[in-house]
Amino acid sequence: MASPIVHAHHAPTGFIRRYIFSLDHKVIGIQYYFLALFSVFLGMGLSVLMRFHLVYPDAKVGFFETLWKTGAPGGIMTPELYLSLMTMHGTIMVFFVLTTAPQSGFGNYFLPIQIGAEDMAFPVLNMLSFWTTFLALVVMVAAFFVPGGAPLAGWTAYPPLSAVGALSGPGEGLGQTLWIISIAIFSGASLMGAINFIATTIDLRAKGLSMMRLPLTCWSWFVTAILGLLGFAVLLAAGVLLLLDRLAGTSFFLPAGLLVNDQILNHKGGSPLLWQHLFWFFGHPEVYIAILPGMGVASQLLSTFSRKPIFGYRAMVYAILGIGFLGFFVWGHHMFMSGMNPYSAFAFSILTMSIGVPSAIKTFNWIGTLWGGRIRFTTAMLFALGFVSLFVTGGISGIFLGQPALDLYFHDTYFVVGHFHMIMGVAAIFGMFAGTFYWFPKVTGRFLNETLGKIHFYLTFIGVYAIFTPMHYLGIAGNPRRYADFTNFDFLGKLLPVHTFMTHAAFATAVVQLIFLFNLIWSAKKGKPAPVNPWEATTLEWTVPSPPPFDNFAGKHPVVNHGPYEYSVPGAPKDYIMQSDPA
Amino acid sequence: MAGSLTTDVIGGRGAPPPARNFGGGDREPGGRGAHRRASMTGLMVLLAASVMFFAAFTSAFFVRRGMSNDWSATPMPRILWLNTGVLVASSLAIELARRALRSGQRAAFNRYWTGATVLGALFLCGQYAAWRELHSAGFYLATNPSSSFFFLLTCVHALHLLGGITALSYIDVQAFLLRLGPGKRTAVDVSAYFWHFLDAIWILLMALFFFWG
Repeated sequence: MASPIVHAHHAPTGFIRRYIFSLDHKVIGIQYYFLALFSVFLGMGLSVLMRFHLVYPDAKVGFFETLWKTGAPGGIMTPELYLSLMTMHGTIMVFFVLTTAPQSGFGNYFLPIQIGAEDMAFPVLNMLSFWTTFLALVVMVAAFFVPGGAPLAGWTAYPPLSAVGALSGPGEGLGQTLWIISIAIFSGASLMGAINFIATTIDLRAKGLSMMRLPLTCWSWFVTAILGLLGFAVLLAAGVLLLLDRLAGTSFFLPAGLLVNDQILNHKGGSPLLWQHLFWFFGHPEVYIAILPGMGVASQLLSTFSRKPIFGYRAMVYAILGIGFLGFFVWGHHMFMSGMNPYSAFAFSILTMSIGVPSAIKTFNWIGTLWGGRIRFTTAMLFALGFVSLFVTGGISGIFLGQPALDLYFHDTYFVVGHFHMIMGVAAIFGMFAGTFYWFPKVTGRFLNETLGKIHFYLTFIGVYAIFTPMHYLGIAGNPRRYADFTNFDFLGKLLPVHTFMTHAAFATAVVQLIFLFNLIWSAKKGKPAPVNPWEATTLEWTVPSPPPFDNFAGKHPVVNHGPYEYSVPGAPKDYIMQSDPA
Repeated sequence: MAGSLTTDVIGGRGAPPPARNFGGGDREPGGRGAHRRASMTGLMVLLAASVMFFAAFTSAFFVRRGMSNDWSATPMPRILWLNTGVLVASSLAIELARRALRSGQRAAFNRYWTGATVLGALFLCGQYAAWRELHSAGFYLATNPSSSFFFLLTCVHALHLLGGITALSYIDVQAFLLRLGPGKRTAVDVSAYFWHFLDAIWILLMALFFFWG
């Protein structure tokens, strides 16, 4: 059958079906993006409050008391409130920003278009997965407003603290219960999303689009979905066990004879380490869930804006697969301090180091792609370059932490905080900025403002290095993390000026993000109109109008004849050949 | 526009399949075969997630059992053996139904499929009876780690099974309304595979309880 117009896909006309409970992957992608945008500003706000408290622990701030009556009596933040801000900052950023925007946001919008499909494989499941994520966010934020407030146990929710209930502190009552329920709901949503991404990538590719012709963005979304599938299933199971320990009196994670606030608890025989194993079996792949889509976007952009094919396409694909595969065997490196057998620690350490190999392959190939290219320094490209920079910086500190002998010293210091913010937090966010600047013209038909974009890029780039580089120094100096107040420790007193500098940098960098927000809103209405293929890129999304029609290809089925990165091909009439150009 | 969640998740939009050609990119795009294949892939991915979910509980089971001295065996209610038989019988009935459908015997299909659905519901009733029996013998969720895992795993399995029964009932209703055209063949297959999977999981759980519970 020579594919005539075969489909029964019509745009719904009612507002609710079109924009709220939409089945269109593009609308769902935008919904995810805005959910993450809301979350990232919320999470950033919490971090600014934390930084403020670290430097001015005794400051009386009226609105703290307005917001948290018991958490900040007289306007002075209690250590418990600080811990709850930290917990919520980490949780919201990891789950509702880093897991949500790069994969579910960008992936939902562009995976089907890049592979030439009219939608995801299961549109109803897709809608359900977004609204389940939304519900999870509502439950999570609700933890702020219940008696006792938000939980204190950190985004890793280690028992016993997370399992013994209100006895162990404010926020450990209903707040912690809501936290676990929210994470369980989120896991369910992620599983639904993963099913959709995997089935779509395997089965809905256009004719001629073999796996080795997939854009690297699609590869990274595909592997991320597999990681999410295997990881979130385990997190869900762990969450169920933790919830039962809290609510049903079981003893999976709680040992016997636990004395909390002068009360002996009626649990016996459980192991807090069991939680750590289950949690990190999810938690380590989660790091790659956050970063892999950023790698895909960086690869796409470096190639496009260098006007060169990606250097070593196959090696890039195998590196993505290698990182995804190895990511499941290294969870123990989060537990070197748990009294683990040194031989196990050695094995985990060797496996951890081996992830350096595919990571180095990627970095080498990115540099190889740039080498000798005619580079176009658009804002999108700058953010992609920033991604590579942050990935390298954050990756190198990982080599220190991956060695048990060094980790014994660095564990629970600011060195760790600096490391994961660089590689998992800020690098991934630079990937999102890059993706936003690159694809905004496709989504809206207008460019983001380049001048504002560049100001935003340079200030943010300097800002994040100013915030997170000193953390490594603090860690080497022995500054512990998770403390609400350093002023009472002699050995930390000399480090306070560094903290003050970081806090000021954090304030400034947070304010700079308003430029981005303004650019996003203003350009959507008033931005310069963009042609169909403004970056002269090759992949399928640049063949359809901006914004794309409801079923993406207006009933036609694209046929792919070329690889995704055919730039500067000798003898070709233009310096790029689109994937759908005739063979 | 795509249909309801049921048709979305368990398929039902596809025509009878061409030979499954894993790997893609070289087939006719778009058409109904793609949705059939996607449903099958979606099912396999769902099963992988379920395997991980049960594997997480099972590994927690062994870790918890190995590391403490408070584990005391929970007696297995004898009705579990009967339940196992019922569930295996229901899987057999499903296969007989699919065979009947292939040879065009619609009445036989309806009979076997309904039988399988009823047996599935019967299994759940049997599980409930097993829980009651343990309760009356003084074993509750928090009594000891062994009983914790028993109730947890059987409940989680029962929840999966409820999903399976929903799918089987959907097919059954479609069959009785004479709406089970060739396009629904995917839904039949997907529900059947899911059901066999739950059957297999249950047999593994039985082995777990029998040897290590």
